[in-house]
Amino acid sequence: MYASVFKNITSEDLKAMIRALLLPLIAMSIFLGVWSASAAQVQTSLGQLPGPADVYKQASNLYDEHIAERDKEAAFYARQEERNAKKLEANADAEIKVRSYTGKATFFDQIITSLITVFTGFMIASLIAIPIGIVTGLSNGLYQAINPIVQLLKPVSPLAWLPIVTMIVSAVYVTDDPMFSKSYVTSAITVTLCCMWPTLINTAVGVSTMDKDLNNVSKVLRLGWLTNIYKIVLPSSMPMIFTGLRLSLSIGWMVLIAAEMLAQNPGLGKFVWDEFQNGSSNSLGRIIVAVIAIGLIGFMLDRTMLLLQRRFSWDKTAVLR
Amino acid sequence: MSFEHLNIDHVSMEFPTPKGVYVALENVNLVIEKGEFVSLIGHSGCGKSTVLNVVAGLHQATKGGVVLDGKEVNEPGPDRAVVFQNHSLLPWLTSYQNVELAVKQVFGKTKNKNEMKEWIEHNLALVHMGYAMHKRPEEISGGMKQRVGIARALAMQPKVLLMDEPFGALDALTRAHMQESLMEIQAELNNTVIMITHDVDEAVLLSDRIVMMTNGPAATIGEILKVELERPRNRVELADDAKYNYYRHKVLEFLYERQHVTGEKQAVSKKEGKSSQLNVVNPRVA
Ligand SMILES: Nc1ncnc2c1ncn2[C@@H]1O[C@H](COP(=O)(O)OP(=O)(O)OP(=O)(O)O)[C@@H](O)[C@H]1O
Ligand SMILES: [Mg+2]
Repeated sequence: MYASVFKNITSEDLKAMIRALLLPLIAMSIFLGVWSASAAQVQTSLGQLPGPADVYKQASNLYDEHIAERDKEAAFYARQEERNAKKLEANADAEIKVRSYTGKATFFDQIITSLITVFTGFMIASLIAIPIGIVTGLSNGLYQAINPIVQLLKPVSPLAWLPIVTMIVSAVYVTDDPMFSKSYVTSAITVTLCCMWPTLINTAVGVSTMDKDLNNVSKVLRLGWLTNIYKIVLPSSMPMIFTGLRLSLSIGWMVLIAAEMLAQNPGLGKFVWDEFQNGSSNSLGRIIVAVIAIGLIGFMLDRTMLLLQRRFSWDKTAVLR
Repeated sequence: MSFEHLNIDHVSMEFPTPKGVYVALENVNLVIEKGEFVSLIGHSGCGKSTVLNVVAGLHQATKGGVVLDGKEVNEPGPDRAVVFQNHSLLPWLTSYQNVELAVKQVFGKTKNKNEMKEWIEHNLALVHMGYAMHKRPEEISGGMKQRVGIARALAMQPKVLLMDEPFGALDALTRAHMQESLMEIQAELNNTVIMITHDVDEAVLLSDRIVMMTNGPAATIGEILKVELERPRNRVELADDAKYNYYRHKVLEFLYERQHVTGEKQAVSKKEGKSSQLNVVNPRVA
């Protein structure tokens, strides 16, 4: 049975498989070894720099804390329900109070917050950048007009945007019953401002470098403005748009962590900052866990975009890395 | 006087360049009858594509103009379908969808869904691409792509079919096949065709008239050769045909003796203030 499965695997294939598995494994072990050895040499004011083993311990601590917090939350709601049920039993018209649980946000809660925020900022950025990119790509004059502004705003650091965005959000976003917290809005807008440029530029370049013949085909067919965009311009610049989107998302993720840290907005950045301020002997280990999580999530976001690109781009031969 | 189908009326074309105005065409004058197959031949860069683009409406003539069935041409449109040199199919659509895009645009209001489907399939069958209808351009060969490009143009039922070196990128054997197919289609549909070519044999084999252009700048029509060979034409039989060889000889003579590109000639034909864009013109004629 098994033999038939493996029959077609030549020794060449086997070698390739071993290499694909073995080489990263070797590199990872060396990395962990070097980290472990050098961490032991560094003494900080918060104790020794944690090695891989300590970090692993902190990771499982964080997980346990998360579970404990969830249990507490479940218990809180159970108590509240019991209380209210009793009140209603005594008097059917009794006023009952339903409060939501306001426990400490765990590491995993912060991850979710960060993901939601980056996604919001990224979506807004894409919705602005792709249409503007298409319009500027189509018109040479508009491109020349807008280019200096884009080039000027593109390199601005998130740390410079943040105070402005914070002030504007505080001034403009005033409602009695805010649907979103101000910190969420501030972080998302900062992400938008920093990450829209690669999408805008790549879309504009993709559209303007479109095959001239395809443009002529559209003219000969007398396609309408929208049909032209929908049938010809968008599909032909899809690979470039996706290149831009991938860049944007990874920039957005980096920017978000910085913004959360500086502005004390909920999320992974705040987690890192809190641990840094906290300064217990566990803090460094927990920060390193956060660093690894940030890296892993960034990697996964990029892979997701890659999958989407493969799904939606006609150019399957394009090098996807 | 017979009714003029297509009149290229004293067309001049100037391009603004950083070094000043470049006169590409001067006084190109040609009347084409309905159902006529005309090929344009001339050295590279002389302005053949420019003529075609003016007829297509993709370029506006600086002086003169093009009149098709009594109406002046001033924008591109499906009544003057273009077959481009490198097929220019939309790579994200299948052959069928590529033709469909054109058919929907032209017949969307007059044909119903079934009629459109039939019409698309009919045109793909005409170029012998019925069997690969649902393949994408990347999955088919260069010759097949060009066939689909022709099907797309034919499906628009144009008054004039414009072809810019349609077989230029194909190997000799595929090219011969395509020429046969084109003659077959032409015998059936009797379209008005303007085709650019670099291939003297192709021009003689396919055309009713061969329009030979002088070198640029300020290129114009040098000579027009009427090809009076009976149709259907067979390339093997024609190889020994005296008339065929006479026509071939005439075209070759025009291209290599009268329009041979030399440094001296360039200097003479260059106008004041014009850039010498054509100093390195390589005659690509086969
Ligand atoms: N948009 C443009 N701007 C400036 N010059 C142009 C433009 N289009 C064409 N030309 C010039 O006009 C001349 C004729 O060009 P055209 O493309 O018509 O030549 P062609 O005969 O089709 O050449 P080929 O056989 O290489 O296709 C060339 O010298 C070219 O440089
Ligand atoms: Mg040309």
